Formats: sequence, structure tokens, C-alpha cells
Amino acid sequence: MKPRNLAIVLTTGLALTATACGGDSSGSGGSGGVSITVACRPAKTAPKLRDAWDDDVATFEKAHPGVSVKSTDQQPCFDPKTFAAKLAGGQMETVFVVPVTNYGDVIAKRQAKDITASTGVVKNFGDIKQDVRGMVTKDGKVYGVPNVSYSVGLVYNRALFAKAGLDPDAPPRTWEEVRAAAKKIADLGDGYVGYGEYGGGNTGGWHFAQALFSRGGEMVTDGKAAFNSAEGKAVLHNLHDMRWKDDSVGSRVLIGWESLMQQMAAGKTGMMLGAPDVITDVTQKFQGKAADYGITGVPGGKASLAGGEAYMINPKASPSQTKAALQWIDFQFNTPGKGRFDFARGKANGEAVGVPNNDYMGDSPTGKAIAEGRKANAVLPVKNYEPYVDAAPGITPKPEPEKAQELYAVLDVAMSAVLTRESADVDKLLADAESKANSILARR
Amino acid sequence: MRTLTVKPKPKQQVATERRVAPERQVVPRRRPPTKRRRAARRNLTAYGFLCAALFCFALFAWWPIVREVVLSFQQTNLVDEPSWVGLDNFRTVVNDPAFGEAWRNTFVFTLLALLCGYVVPFAVAVVLNELRHARAYLRFVVYLPVMLPPIVSVLLFRWFYDPGPGLFNQALDAVGLPTLAWLDSTSTALFSLVIVSTWMNLGAGVLIYLAALQNIPGELYEAAELDGAGILKRIRHVTIPQTRLILTLMLMLQIVATMQVFIEPYMLTGGGPENATVTVAYLMYQYAFVYGGNYGAGSALGLMLMLVLLAVAAVQLRLTREEK
Repeated sequence: MKPRNLAIVLTTGLALTATACGGDSSGSGGSGGVSITVACRPAKTAPKLRDAWDDDVATFEKAHPGVSVKSTDQQPCFDPKTFAAKLAGGQMETVFVVPVTNYGDVIAKRQAKDITASTGVVKNFGDIKQDVRGMVTKDGKVYGVPNVSYSVGLVYNRALFAKAGLDPDAPPRTWEEVRAAAKKIADLGDGYVGYGEYGGGNTGGWHFAQALFSRGGEMVTDGKAAFNSAEGKAVLHNLHDMRWKDDSVGSRVLIGWESLMQQMAAGKTGMMLGAPDVITDVTQKFQGKAADYGITGVPGGKASLAGGEAYMINPKASPSQTKAALQWIDFQFNTPGKGRFDFARGKANGEAVGVPNNDYMGDSPTGKAIAEGRKANAVLPVKNYEPYVDAAPGITPKPEPEKAQELYAVLDVAMSAVLTRESADVDKLLADAESKANSILARR
Repeated sequence: MRTLTVKPKPKQQVATERRVAPERQVVPRRRPPTKRRRAARRNLTAYGFLCAALFCFALFAWWPIVREVVLSFQQTNLVDEPSWVGLDNFRTVVNDPAFGEAWRNTFVFTLLALLCGYVVPFAVAVVLNELRHARAYLRFVVYLPVMLPPIVSVLLFRWFYDPGPGLFNQALDAVGLPTLAWLDSTSTALFSLVIVSTWMNLGAGVLIYLAALQNIPGELYEAAELDGAGILKRIRHVTIPQTRLILTLMLMLQIVATMQVFIEPYMLTGGGPENATVTVAYLMYQYAFVYGGNYGAGSALGLMLMLVLLAVAAVQLRLTREEK
């Protein structure tokens, strides 16, 4: 091709490419039907789970003629880094998942549809625990359908407990007992960590909040930082002493959500704060031995940071798409024995069935049916999780504070300080964090 | 009486007459093209290619910059219409306790990275240029880290820096030196990131300097040797003056690149310990993607960083012009 022609072709091609970008998907399913896109299809690396999902889609479409479901398999399902951009670019699914840590932001920014008038489409919506529903409700309007809820506990390695001369069936119930157990495990030798903890990447502050709640402390009260308290100081003093006096928390400042679980799965870390889903990840994702891990209620047991997720609807969805989306949520995520609660199929597919990682329906008829199904098809040692289940009713679940991520970033400083500096002044660290937090909370 | 008879013309003659245009039918002649038009026609191909390049720049570089400037004065959730908030985003950023720390860390990192990442590659290039054997092999070895994806390099260093079985502490222990906390101490974390950055980018710098060194005429060195100049004097009076242009260009590129450091703190330290490695780019990321999508504040901070880098570039250009 002559250079001149090449130049013309190149320019024209670029112009056409640019005009072709930014198309938006329409919601009509053709021939009067409705088309929806749904997030969270399992990845190709999990072929059995993916096939099960596809079967569910086919079953749903058969039961709802005229509704066409297109699945997406972005991993992770919810990525805060791309969430708003996907919405803005018209690429967001009709049905998407939001973790509890992001409820507040998504709802405040009106990035989820108000479904107050349509919650009846989800047959068991009334069985979802009131406090869990409250998390997706703002000013009396409902913005999502919760489908997972749990509170933080203490995940521990039963094998290490036994090796250190501790009773795996009597896990620690107070922070003093945690410290004593951690010391014994660390004394097993080089490389053993009694109690694993984060120090950065916003995970340090997150775990500070968990430990603070467990002691009865508060993060924010009446719009002001409340963590510079006796409970807050106790959290940091305890961690500082475990690091510098007992040498039982290791010397790495862990950042990132997965780093501590990887360490846990390696089999040389005794304990960590975590919800039951940590066990699923430790055993399935990081290949830890399922029989080794147990979970108990959070030490102190005054309150526990709540975790979980909800499905929400794209604010740009039409009324017919909204209805179809809620029918999908009802079928796939809220019906005992169907979709994600088809535990028999999960067991056959090698899923880690048995972890008590979901208590969003409580003692309602639906909740009981789900719990029975899970227990009947358990493949994990459910006995290891009884301490957590037994402790749960007595522990108050607490939602995340406002501006949680910014406060966690501030508290990362205090957490990393006590883990890296023997001379760390707890009082000064918390006073500094408090003034920083108050300036953040004062902003609109 | 004579009668006039019109004889038909022979065929060939008719045809000829038709071909010859009558004198009165004056065809308007085109004006000779102007110099500018001639030049434009001659450069049409170049303009075609230029259009494509300009289009790409406009779409992927200049338009996003314009959007960023606009966004820094707005609050948006990327769904509803954005609202104008004046200087609120700038106030938010300036009043953030991490703002000062981020700038201080960024400047310190840039300074350290210049000391290591600017001087070291030049010294390595000079040494490689002086070598007579294994040149190609050593060039390959030096350039190898550049070929690794940054994420791989960073993860490699995570193991090097591990306080337990990490390579660096094992090496220090083997020679009887005290081990370091590397990433887990406020006094060493930032410098540890500088080492990672230098290692990742050393190869590219060395190759550019090598290319510049090989363009220096050999006679200059011979003359310097005849005048009794040792190696250091030869470098000072021949090598550096002859590569000044490349050195100043690389200095600017280095400053611009290192002031935008992000991947090292993001992957290795999460900004810690105690905010010792929070950089401006990392803080921008936090605003936009961690603190609930505060794109306005992220853009405002990005705009500040851009203005600082523009100032650096302007000073650099002025110095270069004066040198010329």
C-alpha cells in the first residue's frame, strides 16, 4: 500500500474505531422479552461450579419465559476499583454484588436502584434478619437483597494448638487467653507465629476495629472518633506486648487481605481474627488442611464487626428488567435447595460445604431450612465450627463505621507502629489518629 | 449569375476542425498553485500520518487531561450529572493529614532514586563501555530486569526483603552482619523501595548511556591520554561534556518517572509502616479507588502533581536551551 493510502486508511480507521466505542447494551430481549445481565458466574478455572451456574440459568429461563439471562464472570465479582467506571460506561450488570463494606458508599452515591416497591418479588425477603436488612436500607428505602451475613470470630489452627499443648476444643475466649496461647505456639520454634495480624493496606485499621468492637469499644460516636478510649488503648497495648515482649506475632507487617490467610494456610500460624469465610479460603484457595482449622467466637465477645454481601440492581435498569433481576436473585440466592443453596450438588462438585458462613436468615423457617441443608451435606468437619456457632447468639453484630476505609487508613499507622517500633507510644498514636479521624469525619 | 454552392468538406478536414478549438473560446487557465499549496500537496501523506497521531494523542492523552482538570472541580458518582464544587476537592486534599507525608515521601524518594537510578546506570555504562570482553553478555544481564513485568520484580523483592527466610537477611547473616527490617521499619522502608525501583529501571538507562558513549569520537580520548589525563579526568573532561544532552534529558525523564512512583508502595508496603511510604500517586489511588470513589479529590491531587512536573520540565527545558 502506498504511504498516502496507508495514512488515509489509518486515520479513517481510527475515527471509525472511536465512533464505534461506547455502545450501550439495550435491555430488550427481543420479541417483547426482557434481557438482564448477572454478575458472579464462576470462573473457567472452576468448571464444575460454572456448569452448575449455567444449569441454574437454563432452569431459570425455562421457569420465566421471555426472560433472557446473560452472565459475566469478572473475578472478583465486586471490584471497587472498577465499579463506578463500569456503571458510568454502561458496562455494569443488571444484577451485581456489593460487600457490606461498600453498602454505605454505593447507596449514598445512588449507584443502586431503589427496590422498595418490588421486594415482594423475593419470596423470602421477610425472613432475612431485620438488622441485616437494615444495612441495605436508608431513609426507609431498600437498595438491595442481602444474601450473606456473618460476624467476625477467631480462626485457629487446631493442629498447632495440640502441638503446643493447648486444648483445641477449648479455644481462647478472652484476649488474655489469646495472648497466652499465642506465646505457647510461638515457643514451638523458629517460623511459628502465635497470632497473625495486619499492619497496612487498610487491613490493619480494619482489624483494629474488629478487636475494638470485641472489647466493647466504638469507632465513631455522634460523628466523632471514639476509638481513643480504654478499649482502643488495650487493643494496641496487647498487640505491642505480644510483638515485643512475647515475640508471638511474627516480624512481618502484613498488608492485603490474602497475605494473612496464605500465612495461615502454610500451617505455622496459630490464630487470626476472621469470619468463617476465611476457613473456606484457607482450605480451598490456599490448600490448607481442612481438618486443622476451627473457628470460635471473637475474643472478649462484647460485639463483632458484621460481614456479608447483598445483590443490588443497576440504577439504569428498566422496571421490567428490575422485576426479572429480582426474580433471578430470588431463585439463585434466596431459595433453600436451589441455586447457591443446592448443597447436595455442591457436595457432589467438591465445594467446601459445612462452614457456618451465613446467618442472614437467622432462625426463620428459611434460615432453618438452609442450615439443615448445609449440615446434611457437610464435607468439612462441622464440629470444628461449633464454638463459633454456640458463641454467635451472645455477640452483637456491628456495622462498619461511616467513612470506614479512610478511618482504617488512619489506623493503619497505629497498627503498623506497634508492630514495627518497640518505642511506639500508644497514647500519642491514638491521639494523633483521633485528630486525623475527626478532620475526616468533619468533611461533608 | 453565379450561384454559390457549398461544397462539403472532406471528412478528415472536419475532424481536424473539431479537434482544434476556436480561438475565441478561451479556456480559463488555472492559476499556478501558491508555494503554500504546493507544500501542502507535497506533504499530504505526512499530514495523514500526523492526523492519526494527533487523533490518538487527543483521544488517549489530552482529552483525559482536560477531563481530569474539569473533574478536580466537580463531585461525581459517575452515574448522575456531576456537580460543581469549586475548590472543595483541593481543600479536602490539602487538609488531609497524609497530604504532607505523601509529598515529603515523594520528594525523598525522587532524590534517592536520582542518586541511585541516575548515577549508577551512568557508572555502569561507562564501565561496560571500557570493557573489551563479554560486552554483549553483560548488556543482556543488565537489561534483563527491564524485560521482567514490574509485578514479577516487585514480588521477587518481597521475598528478598522477607525478614525471616529473605535473601538479603540470609546474605547479611552469612557474613556476620546484623539483619535489617527492610520494609518493616520506617527508617528503611522508603530506601528499600528505591532499591527495587533502581533495579527495575537500571537496564534501560544503561543502554541509553551506552549508545551516547559510543558516539564520542575516540580521538578525544586519545588526545586526553596524550595530555596525561587519567580515567577520572577523561570522564570529567570528555565523557560528561560529550553526553551532556542525554544526561539532562535523562535527568528530566527520571524526575518525571520517579515522582509518579506507585507500584512499589502499592505492592510492597501498602503505604506503611506508619505512612512512611505513602506517595502522591498512591494517595491519589486511595482517594479514587479505596475511599469510596472520591474521584474529584483524586483528580485535584493529580492536577497538583502534574503542575509540579510541568514546572520541573519547564526548568529543564530552559536549562537545556541555555546550554545550546
